[in-house]
This record gives sequence, C-alpha cells and structure tokens, in this order.
Amino acid sequence: MKDPDANANPPVDGSELIRFEKVTKRFGSNTVLDNLDFAVDSGKHVTLIGPSGSGKTTILRLLMTLTKPDEGTITVDGEKLFPAPEKQVREVRKNIGMVFQQFNLFPNMSALRNITEAPVTVLGLSKDEAEERARGLLDLVGLADKADARPTQLSGGQQQRVAIARALAMRPQVLLLDEVTSALDPELVAGVLDVLRDIARTTDITMLCVTHEMNFARDISDQVLMFDSGRVIESGPPEKIFSDPEQDRTREFLSAVL
Amino acid sequence: MKWDWNAVGDFMPKFWDGLLVTLQALALGSLISFALGLVWALLMRTPSRWVRWPVGVVTEFVRNTPLLVQLFFLFYVLPEWGLTLSALATGVIGIGLHYSTYTMQVYRAGIEAVPVGQWEAATALNLPVTRTWQVVILPQAIRRVVPALGNYVIAMLKDTPMLMVITVLEMLGQARLFAQEHFQFTEPLTVIGVAFIVISYLASLLMRSLERRLVR
Repeated sequence: MKDPDANANPPVDGSELIRFEKVTKRFGSNTVLDNLDFAVDSGKHVTLIGPSGSGKTTILRLLMTLTKPDEGTITVDGEKLFPAPEKQVREVRKNIGMVFQQFNLFPNMSALRNITEAPVTVLGLSKDEAEERARGLLDLVGLADKADARPTQLSGGQQQRVAIARALAMRPQVLLLDEVTSALDPELVAGVLDVLRDIARTTDITMLCVTHEMNFARDISDQVLMFDSGRVIESGPPEKIFSDPEQDRTREFLSAVL
Repeated sequence: MKWDWNAVGDFMPKFWDGLLVTLQALALGSLISFALGLVWALLMRTPSRWVRWPVGVVTEFVRNTPLLVQLFFLFYVLPEWGLTLSALATGVIGIGLHYSTYTMQVYRAGIEAVPVGQWEAATALNLPVTRTWQVVILPQAIRRVVPALGNYVIAMLKDTPMLMVITVLEMLGQARLFAQEHFQFTEPLTVIGVAFIVISYLASLLMRSLERRLVR
C-alpha cells in the first residue's frame, strides 16, 4: 500500500461519504442514539452541537469503531462499516482518523515516532518516507522543532497538535474531532483551532467535529447538526443555525453556550 | 559462645560455592518467572475461554500450593515420568514456575493500568493488535511494574534455601554441611545471613537503576 503522491489529498467529488441508517445505541437502559439517520457528503465540514449526553461523541466513536451500535447500519464510502466482518472493518477504518479530547499520544515514543508508527506498520511506508511525511506535518502544525520531544515534555496544546499530525499522517478521507480543545488551558486553545482552521481551508478532508467552541464551528462548518436526546433535531448551514434557528430547543441551547 | 574467625576462614571456600549456586538460582528463577508470568498474563487476556480457563486453573493451583511441596514433586516424581534434570535445574524451574504465578498478577495490574485511550488511539490508527501490544501497551505496562517485580526478586532470594531439600548445595546447604562437620554453627550461619542482606541490597539497587533507565 504505497502512497503514490505525498501531496495528494483524498479524492473529493461531493458525493455521499458517510451514512447512518436507523442507528440505535444504548448504554444499559439509556438510549443514546435513537433510530438515527443522517449522511455527510465528502469534503464537507460538519459540526455536531447539542447538550452533553445528546449522543454527539457516540457518533464519532461509532465511526471510529470504538463502540458498536445495537441496531442499524453505518456505511463509509459505499462500504459497510457496521455490520461487517473484522477484515472489512479494518479496510474501511483506514479512511478514518480521529483526534481525541485527551490527545492519547503514546508517551513511550517521541513526537516523530508517534506520527510515523502507523504509516510504517499499517500503510507500509518506508521509515524515510514516513519521517519525511511526519516532518512535513509537524511543520504544518508549527512544531517542526519538537520532533524528538516526548509527549510529557510538550504542553497540552502541543500534544494535541502532534495528535492532529498523527491522524493526518494516515491520509484519512474523514477526520473526527472529539472536543479537541476541551482538555486544554484557555491560552492554548487558539493555537490548536488555528491549525484546524488551516487544515479545513487548505485540504478537502471531510471533518466531523464535536465542539463547544461555537465561533470555531461557525468559521469552519458547511453544515451544523443540532442533537438532542439521540436525534438530529435541526440541521443547516452555520449562518442559519446560529442566527435564526427554527427549533426552540436549539435557541435555548445556543443562548446557554454563546 | 565464642566467635571463631578461623571457622569463618575455613568456611569461606564452601561459602563461595554456595553463593554461586544461590546467585544462579536467583538469576535463572527471576528470568523464568518474569518471562512465564508475562506469558500467563497475556494468555489470560485472550478472548477464548478454552485458553483462559486451563491457564487460570493451573496458575491458581501452583500459587496456592507450597513451593516446598512443588520442589519435592518435581524432584521425585518427574524422573518417574522419564524426565531427569539436575537438582539445580529442577529447583530453578520450581522457583521460576511458582513465582510466575505471582508475577502474572503484577503484569495484569500493569496492563490494566494503561489508559483505555491508548487502545483507542491504536484502533484509530488501525494498528494490528499484536503491534499494539508490542509497541504501545507492554512498554508502558512493564515500566510501571518493575518495582513490584523487584520485590519478588527479593522474595525469591529468601526462598532459595528451600532448594536444600532437593540436595542443591546453595548457601544454607553449605553452611549446614560445614556446621555438622565442625560442630560450629554460629560462624557459617552468620556469614550467610550477612550475605543474604548484601544480595538483597544489591538486587534492589539493580532494580532501581533499571527502573530509572525505563522511566525516561
């Protein structure tokens, strides 16, 4: 699985990339997602908003196969992600990358090795190719001088930027961002969001973003989905949702967070 | 009771022989218990209960029966089954096997202490399970458990005199032999007592420096 062109972005034709059909997810007696249908077109930047416990993060975790739905089907780029045999899951999962709230860098590896590990072992890149790609990405996130640093030697914001570079090194079609600034000290948030704005502007990568940073959501989103009690209660372009929402529930939520 | 330095001098040649055997038993027993304990811990994590169940039963049995009984069993019963090993080899296997059932618990705790986010990050990067163990989970788990493994090295050291009962002449065996031949008990037993303290101390220094090198 060699990567022919180191600068190529994932192909984008605006067609449907992700589809949830009648997806239900329960934790015990608590129904987190309730018969959920929604789709995301490729290249779009979609922000999921809504009160905590409304199922936003669960959607990202389902797409990353960190948890399984109880019912329904999930399709990515025409291939089933659920239900599907393990081998197919691995294949489909290659298209998806994720950045976590708690960064989850590997503390026993340098920043560079965090980024090169998966491209070498999963994509089969040579060590040199992977390092070249990793250094380019470290440069992109403004940490070119931190290649040899261990995660413990980096600030939270720097760790999160390494984590973004690590996810991008796999050249996913879809990038999942799970409250990526929630664990950061306030003064470090802007640096991470700037990097993500940059990526949103300069690449065709499809983004699914769970965030409480409404200004950021307004900046980067093509589409905003408002969740409540495991359902999408309203969706539309950010200008519409943020300034003239149709649902009372959306208005209440926004007045509480803005 | 009089302290006789001549008896100490007379005992020393035998003492060095015994010391060498004690150190061999300790080093090999530690290696076996560290390696086998890790194998048990990993087998207990496999999805198949046809693996977990027998491993659980065997290790529980070994942990809950006396080392002394196990040593006798290995030494006197294995040859009847056609497997004859030297006394020292039998003792090393006995100690290593016995303590592997303790170190497996240590490894288990270390593995469980690795945050679930590390597994999730590995999944998100599509790393194969074996690779995840190899480069993500075990390096973090093992560095956490080095101090606890060190404690078992000391415990093993203090159990090496049991090898005497299967004719291995480690330090206590040599001391007893000397005492019976010369009717002098104080000197040889004191010498080996001091030796045990010194070895414990050196072993703990060694484990601490290992810990420092791993935690970087």
